[in-house]
Amino acid sequence: MLSYALRRLASAIPTLFIIITIAFFMMRLAPGGPFDREKQLPPEIEANILKVYNLDKPVYEQYYDYLRNIIRGDFGPSYKYLDFTVNDLIMTGFPVSLRLGLYAILLAVICGVSAGTIAALKQNSWFDFMVMGVAMTGIAIPNFVMAPLLALVFGVYLSWLPVAGWGGGALQYQVLPVITLALPQIAYIARLTRGSMVEIMNSNFIRTARAKGLAEKIVVVRHALRGGLLPVVSYLGPATAAVITGSVVIESIFDVPGIGRYFVNGALNRDYPVVMGVVIFYAVLIIMLNLLVDLIYGFFDPRVKVE
Amino acid sequence: MKARYWAVLVTTIACFFTVFAVAAVYAGGTLRVASMGEPASLDPHKVSGTWENYVVGDMFVGLTTENQKSEPIPGVAESWTISEDGKTYVFSLRKSQWSDGTPFTAHDFVYSMQRILLPETAAEYASLLYIIQGAESLNKGEAKADTLAVKALDDETLEIKLTGPAPYFLALLTHYTAYPVPKHVIEKQGTLWTKPENMVVNGPYKLVEWIPNTHVKLTKNDKYWDIGSVSLDNLTFFTQEDRAAVQKRFRAGEIDVAMDFASDQIGWLRENMPDETRIAPYMGVYYYPINSSVEPFTDVKVRNALSMAINREAIVDKVLKTGELAAYSFVPPGVAYYDSPAEVAWKDIPFEERQKKAKDLLAEAGFGSDSPLEFTLRYNTSENHKRIAVAVASMWKAIGVKVELFNSEVKVHYADLKQGDFQVARAGWIADYNDAQNFLYLLETRTGANNYGRYSNPEYDELMLQAEVTSDLQKRNELLLKAESLAMRDQPVIPIYHYVSKNLVASKVKGFVDNPQDIHRWRYITLE
Repeated sequence: MLSYALRRLASAIPTLFIIITIAFFMMRLAPGGPFDREKQLPPEIEANILKVYNLDKPVYEQYYDYLRNIIRGDFGPSYKYLDFTVNDLIMTGFPVSLRLGLYAILLAVICGVSAGTIAALKQNSWFDFMVMGVAMTGIAIPNFVMAPLLALVFGVYLSWLPVAGWGGGALQYQVLPVITLALPQIAYIARLTRGSMVEIMNSNFIRTARAKGLAEKIVVVRHALRGGLLPVVSYLGPATAAVITGSVVIESIFDVPGIGRYFVNGALNRDYPVVMGVVIFYAVLIIMLNLLVDLIYGFFDPRVKVE
Repeated sequence: MKARYWAVLVTTIACFFTVFAVAAVYAGGTLRVASMGEPASLDPHKVSGTWENYVVGDMFVGLTTENQKSEPIPGVAESWTISEDGKTYVFSLRKSQWSDGTPFTAHDFVYSMQRILLPETAAEYASLLYIIQGAESLNKGEAKADTLAVKALDDETLEIKLTGPAPYFLALLTHYTAYPVPKHVIEKQGTLWTKPENMVVNGPYKLVEWIPNTHVKLTKNDKYWDIGSVSLDNLTFFTQEDRAAVQKRFRAGEIDVAMDFASDQIGWLRENMPDETRIAPYMGVYYYPINSSVEPFTDVKVRNALSMAINREAIVDKVLKTGELAAYSFVPPGVAYYDSPAEVAWKDIPFEERQKKAKDLLAEAGFGSDSPLEFTLRYNTSENHKRIAVAVASMWKAIGVKVELFNSEVKVHYADLKQGDFQVARAGWIADYNDAQNFLYLLETRTGANNYGRYSNPEYDELMLQAEVTSDLQKRNELLLKAESLAMRDQPVIPIYHYVSKNLVASKVKGFVDNPQDIHRWRYITLE
């Protein structure tokens, strides 16, 4: 298993290199530069700035310098946040996104799996219809609608929770962002769980387990859930990656200092080093998470061997 | 297990109450401001936005500073004398110190002005100081720092020589480009000098904490010379840009002052928070530059026809609805040392008649129903720009002009404008300082990129050059007015409306005075 993991990691290096190269040149090809704006800079001032950031050098030289710097772990300065390096931004933003994301995914797994399992066991009951109905709505409502709605109800009307802000990471500030992040995931996981549980509960080995006279609780928890959760596990890899990398919508509405906004705003600002830094960071994260999911998969499904 | 669960729950609840209790104790002296943008830096030489001004403007004080109405008053300089030709200023500095106790001297200004102009500082806004002798060549890397005409005559006396008499110079000195920065800290800490543990200031508030994309916290600087008259203990700036979210936070009482709100909320705000909604004239113009270097826009008739056919009142009253002023001049009304702006000659002609005239002008230029004028109107992505572009396009359609709308994101839009790759486009300008020259220079040939439409009129350029060297305010005013009336005759730009500032100010906030620059110094604010 260890050698498998190492092999997978080694094969990730060329992938990363290709991602870096494509991202680097695509950023430079995008029209408009980091210093174009409503108040245009006088040419001599723009020249001063380009020189400070080495943007006056030919692109291939910039690319070479960039590669050299990232090998040393230096993602460079940001053009938009002048008092912070890209490393600073990622290091302060990621823990926030990670925390919110993990809470959200935890909440999503607990609620989603329970709701989905109960719905499957009580197939075609009112509970089943209700859960699936709510889940469908949860998937359909985009977060830029859900977030202001929650803020309005719980922040403005009821005054139970802060409308937005981070407050140094105090718990009450995290409730609404976590719920907004988790809702679509809960819905999706509930649907996945229900679908696969319905199928498994009708399979032969469950009939065998029941025929052996096992209690229904043991049949469900020990035999059915293990197989029933497989689709959820494979979904969790990309889902976790998606929620812990932050969401620009949720971060701007709830004013959460996460990492998600750097990706979108960095691209809009043509803040090349920020975009590159975040792309590389995400790429590494997703590669790791996919590997982790494959390893866990081997644990859940004895038919899969990770050799 | 159960016991532990309860313990956790009780602790959590206890924590909640502690947080609330602590918040209540500090509430009296802390003003919470939504500054509507993340500062690019807290180094006043490296910022270029209005949102940073709200923060750094109370951390540093220049030779002059603003009063509540944003008019220049003595700052670090207690008094000054101006030479007869208006080109030499001698400032007497008050005794003051930096927030770390280091005495403040005239040499600090010499260092600071040299620093912002040095090419390696790469200051975006350095060109504002080009009025100082030697500034431009220093910024271009053609001269040494000591050639800059900013000299310390002794520790308390500073002399600045200008390239021409500039009646706006004392107002310009209130701008953050002219703030002093601490040499003794920057030389030691380098780029890390703006970190809370290093940062040293000379203004009423100093930095406590800055978490990017969350907040900036400042607290009173006891070493400030006039700290006795400063009321608020702490300032918290929330940098959130989402205006809808900020408005909700304001309603929930989490924010005391919001520096902007979304125009489409005006109906709701007027109805529900009339006393807290502040709208005031603002020193800016929203306009459509016309590319006068490409056919058929080289023809002054075409440009005038397009401008005449726009019903500005309909745009401000029906589309924007936030009290913007219909613009018939490039310079907004109420600018210092400028009587009243020169307006287009056809302003008072009724709109229907104007439409007819516009059609006639187009016909004279060779455009009619069989050969309509066709072009592309470009705007940068924004709901308001789109609504205005659609309205204008339909007004142009009424005089037989076919317009294609083209939107692009802001960076692409301005890169295209810079290269002159457009026919008619959307642009805006907010004044850097309160003076007509700051608007009118946009139409000078030598201005370059910011003269998007490439308007080039030797007569106009000559008038602007003359104004630059005229120290007599009345004469200067006449020259500038003449220049503007030329521009209004030629219409290289179509002024559409003059901006307003839009603020939300809680009723417990006292001392917030609406002013045309929308600059507010928190040192004058008290909380009730």
